[in-house]
Amino acid sequence: MATIDTPVDNGVNTEALLGAREALGVSPEAAAFTWRASCNWVHGTHSTSTVQGFSGLGTEHQHKKTFTFEADHPECFASQDIGATPVETVLAGLASCLTAGVAAVAQHRGIQLRSVVATLEGDMNILGILGADPDVRNGFSAIRVRFDIDADASPDDIRALVAQSQKRSAVFDIITNPTAVTVEVA
Amino acid sequence: MRTAVVVIGAGHNGLAMSRRLSERSIDHVVIERGEVANSWRTERWDSLRLLTPNWLTRLPGRAYDGPDPDGYASAVEVATFVDGYATQFSAPVHTGTTVTAVRAAGEGYEVTTDQGRWHCAAVVIASGACNLPALPLVAADVPPDVAVHTPLSYRSPGDLEPGRVLVVGASATGVQLADEIHRSGRPVTLSVGEHVRLPRTYRGRDIFWWTDRAGILDERHEEIDDIVRARNLPSPQLIGTSERRSIDLDTLAASGVEIVGRLGRIVDRVAQFSGALANTCTLADLKANRLLTRLDDWAVAQGLDGEVGPPERLEPTSITATRPVLELDLRRAGFRSVLFATGYRPDLSWLEPSVVDRKGHIRHSGGVVDGAPGIYVVGYPMLRRRRSSYISGAISDSAELAQLLHDHLDKRVSMKSQ
Repeated sequence: MATIDTPVDNGVNTEALLGAREALGVSPEAAAFTWRASCNWVHGTHSTSTVQGFSGLGTEHQHKKTFTFEADHPECFASQDIGATPVETVLAGLASCLTAGVAAVAQHRGIQLRSVVATLEGDMNILGILGADPDVRNGFSAIRVRFDIDADASPDDIRALVAQSQKRSAVFDIITNPTAVTVEVA
Repeated sequence: MRTAVVVIGAGHNGLAMSRRLSERSIDHVVIERGEVANSWRTERWDSLRLLTPNWLTRLPGRAYDGPDPDGYASAVEVATFVDGYATQFSAPVHTGTTVTAVRAAGEGYEVTTDQGRWHCAAVVIASGACNLPALPLVAADVPPDVAVHTPLSYRSPGDLEPGRVLVVGASATGVQLADEIHRSGRPVTLSVGEHVRLPRTYRGRDIFWWTDRAGILDERHEEIDDIVRARNLPSPQLIGTSERRSIDLDTLAASGVEIVGRLGRIVDRVAQFSGALANTCTLADLKANRLLTRLDDWAVAQGLDGEVGPPERLEPTSITATRPVLELDLRRAGFRSVLFATGYRPDLSWLEPSVVDRKGHIRHSGGVVDGAPGIYVVGYPMLRRRRSSYISGAISDSAELAQLLHDHLDKRVSMKSQ
C-alpha cells in the first residue's frame, strides 16, 4: 500500500522566516527592532499597560489593534487582584516565547505537533521585595518550565526541539542573562 | 622582485600550498615573519598537545612515521615535523620577513615586506586564523587588580598569581587550561557558554578514527547546514593524553572546578553569569549522542560491529542538576586572574583590498576570496571541509586551491595572448 506523505503543518511559515534571515544578512540595519509598551497607573497596585506600535525593518509598524494588560497584586497582598501580578506576566512571556519557538523549530524540522503544554513555576522569597532581608534577591530564585509535548518524533528529537527553542528564545535570554536597563524621569 | 605567487606564512598550510605550487612548477616564494612553523614554536602553551592522533598528522608528501601513531604531538613535535617538511622539498621560504602591506597593483598584487617588495599575480594568505585573541567586550570590565590572560600569552600555571582563576570559555583550550590550572593548586571557576562535547575514544577507538573513516571530516563546506555557525563553533572538548582520557564538564566538576554559565557582564567587580547553563549542556549532550548514533549507523553499514566495542551513550551532564552560581564578586571571592579562552581572530591589518565583511571576517568561498581575484586563504576552520580545522585538512585543501590558482594564472595568460 502506498503511504501518503502529509506535509507537516504547525501553522508556522518557515519559508518567510528563512527568507527574512537571508534578506537581513544582506541589509543588517533592517534587523534593528525596538519594542514598546506604556503603562498607566490606575489605583493602588493596579495598572494598565498597552502595546501598540513598534519599529523594525526600517519603518514603523502598528499592531492590528491595541493590546492591553491589567496588572495588580492578589488579595493576600492587601490588593484587589484585578490582574495578574507582573511576575506572573513574566512567566507567561517566557512560556509563550518558548512555545512559539517549539512550533517554529518543529515546523523547520518537519515534526508535526499535536499538543504542546508548558507549565511554569517561579520561586520567590518575598522577604526580598519587602526589604526585610538584604541577602534575599527581589526576583525569582529559580524558574522551572515543564513541557508536555505530543508530536510525531522520538523523545530525543523532542528534547532537542525544546533545547533549540530555548537557544533561540528572546525572553529566555532576557531572563537568564543580564540586560542594561536605564530608567529616567521625564 | 617578481614571482607568480606569494604565499604569506610558512606554517603547515602555507608549506602545503608551496609544495603543490612546486609540483606544478609555479614560481613562488613563501614569506615568513619568523622561523618555519613560527606560531607552533612561539604562541602555544607548554603542555599543548594536538587534538588529533599522530597518525592523522600528514601533509602532501609527508606523514607521521614515528613510534607512537596513537599519541598526540606537542607543539615542539609539530614544529619539528613542519620544519622537516619544509626542508624535504626545499620550500622557497624567506624567513625573518614581515609582510606590511598587500595591495592591488596592475593586474596582480604588490606585497610589501620589511625586506623589499614583491609583484605577483596571486597571493595565498596562510598566516593563520589564530593571530590575536578574540576578547568579548566584557573583558574591558575586569577590575584593574585582576590580571587578564589569553591562551596566546599563557604558557603554564606558574604565569598566574596564586589565588582563584576565572577561565572564560569551554572550548578544547578552555577545558584543558581549566584542568591544568586547577591541578596547580589555583582554584578554577569555568564559565561555559555554547560548547561541543566529544568523548576521547568511542567503542575502543579514538573519536578521530571514527570521524575520519566515516567521512565526517570530509564533509564539504557547501554541504554543511549553516556554515557560518559551524565555523564559529568552539573546538570540541578534547585533550590529548597518554591514557586517552575524556574531559568534559562533569570530569572537571568532579576534580573540583566550579562550573558557571556564560559570562554576561561585570558590574562593580561582580561578574554575572547566564542562568542558561543547563540548556547549553543539554544541547551539547544531545548533539554528541546524535553524532554517536550516526557513527553506530555507519559501523552497521560497514559491517564493523564485530571489530569495535559495543555502542555507548554519554550520560547527560549532571552538574546542571545543581543550581549554578549566577554572581561572583571577583575581589571578595579572591580572584586574581581571568583567562579568556574565547577564541582567536586573524590579523589581516596589512591586507588592503576590501575583502572583509561588516564583522571583520574575510569573505571567501572555500578559501577563494570574494572580490579579489587571485587571492586565496588557507588554514581557517572548516575552510573547505570539516577536516580543514586540522592539520590533515591541508592535503585536500591545498590540492584543490592549487588547481583553482593554476586555472587563474592560465586565464590571465590566455587573456594576454588574445
